[in-house]
Amino acid sequence: MRTFGQRAGRQHHAGPLTYILLGLAALVSLFPLYWNLVAASHTGERVVEAPAPLLPGPRLFDNLTFAWNQVDMGEALVNTTVVAGLVALSTVLFSTLAGFAFAKLPFRGRNVLLALVVATMTIPPQLSVIPLYRIITDLGWVDQLQSVVLPSLVAAFGVFFMRQYLLEALPVELVEAARMDGAHSLRIIWHVVFPVARPAMAVLGMLVFVQAWNDFFWPFIALTPDGSPTLQVALAGLGSGNHTINQAVVLTGALISTVPLLLVFAVLGKHIVGGITSGAVKN
Amino acid sequence: MASGTTTAGGAPLRQDAAGERRWRARRHRWDVRWSPYAYIAPFFVFFAAFGLVPLLYTAWASLHRVELTAPADMEWVGLRNFSRLVADEFFWNALKNTVTIGLLSTVPQLLIALGVAHLLHGRLRGSMFFRVVALTPYATSVAAATLVFVLLFGRDYGMVNWALGLAGIGPVNWQNGAWASQFAVSTIVIWRWTGYNALIYLAAMQSIPDELYESAALDGASRWRQFVHVTVPSLRPTILFTIVVSTIGATQLFGEPLLFNGSAGATGGSDHQFQTLGLYLYEQGWVNLHLGRASAIAWAMFLILVLLGTAAGLINAYRRRTG
Repeated sequence: MRTFGQRAGRQHHAGPLTYILLGLAALVSLFPLYWNLVAASHTGERVVEAPAPLLPGPRLFDNLTFAWNQVDMGEALVNTTVVAGLVALSTVLFSTLAGFAFAKLPFRGRNVLLALVVATMTIPPQLSVIPLYRIITDLGWVDQLQSVVLPSLVAAFGVFFMRQYLLEALPVELVEAARMDGAHSLRIIWHVVFPVARPAMAVLGMLVFVQAWNDFFWPFIALTPDGSPTLQVALAGLGSGNHTINQAVVLTGALISTVPLLLVFAVLGKHIVGGITSGAVKN
Repeated sequence: MASGTTTAGGAPLRQDAAGERRWRARRHRWDVRWSPYAYIAPFFVFFAAFGLVPLLYTAWASLHRVELTAPADMEWVGLRNFSRLVADEFFWNALKNTVTIGLLSTVPQLLIALGVAHLLHGRLRGSMFFRVVALTPYATSVAAATLVFVLLFGRDYGMVNWALGLAGIGPVNWQNGAWASQFAVSTIVIWRWTGYNALIYLAAMQSIPDELYESAALDGASRWRQFVHVTVPSLRPTILFTIVVSTIGATQLFGEPLLFNGSAGATGGSDHQFQTLGLYLYEQGWVNLHLGRASAIAWAMFLILVLLGTAAGLINAYRRRTG
């Protein structure tokens, strides 16, 4: 282990071995995504032929057209954006309000209620799926987007996340000074809490957006590939034999569902990583 | 913010002003006293509607015979759904698979994440690049990742067997082999979550004071010994947190085994070799249409988590007592 250098702690400079191992990790992280592109650019026969192709082929646009026509990928893309956007917005808003109350406002039962919020995180989503399914069938909401939006409008994780952030980031004097001036708490939230919380709100929004974009279990039950699917549901339809299985087309669907998020990551990845490593998600 | 002081002056207005001050004071008291509840209310209202009520309904449904096609027709059967589960070999099989896939995915995932975080922790050229790259699998959906890995793990054409073939290892049947398929499903989980956990560990590592490392270095500890004796002990709460989160995720595993099976549906392989509890619940409820039995499985999953949590709590308390 001497190759790492002799200095202690975070001061040590990375040696060549560190770069080799990290390069390897980066390769493993990126290769499946690269190969997704490769597979989406070949014919269905070529993809399941040995040896597997390593370089992109000429069929990407044909496959894109084909996937687009087989399941309505355009509609799925719009649906997913709407669902993920609404879920992220409302989760961030409600989490910030509740997080602020739990972090900085004294009230009776605060600790018990906070413990309750944390405890709800352990409940598996499977437990609520069965009655939820019954509710949306009764309301005629199968294949309607509100059936996947409404159950996700709040998240215990988000409340806890914002509370942890505001606990440290928001000086209690700021809140009390505003209170002394007789400001209503809504004004305090608008003029004091939101500006301070903005970085954490952005990170939480991104995390929730990614989660909602990729959510599978409940949308898979509430929506159908041929009705009004999100991308993940449409993708499951492509992959599970409701249609003729052409693996290249299936992977083209996977590509369509992944690329928008990867673009977001290319632009905002730095901030997301910064948000996670600044310790906001830690515990 | 100074809105409360602007009207308090001017002799003719004095009475109005006094009234207004009283009203403001009352509003202020109300605000201080009740507004916190208003701010936490949305979470609890939505949780009650979409979390608590369904939870109780599921408990109620698990005591009935209910068919998916007629969910309003409930016939009381007491604990029969549960006693049936106890005697159901597929339930035990799914439980066993959930545990083995959970271990196969969680243990390597967290160990590798710890290693990657250690590598990222330090002066590094392009460290932001490596961090963003580490997080990209997290941005890939379960469905997309699984569909890619199904092909990578193909027996006759997959890249994995091709690479193993170069090393002289004969084609592995990743789809049908009991251990092989569980390993393959776990690989998808590991791929998606390792980077995310590495960044969480990295965050915790960055808050370890430098002096700890300096004094260890003065004692002549190698980098490896510093890692074992300084880094890992300081990370204990964070490691515990990631174990809890991964365990919860592992109990609920669904999308990966469903789609790894391709067109064969919710059976979890030809011989149920990678059918998890989440998948079995889905099969019982939505393929076989037995919502009552599915509810019993859902509650069994929850009880398993509660048992695990209690056990962990007891072990922790015992450790603390014995020092």
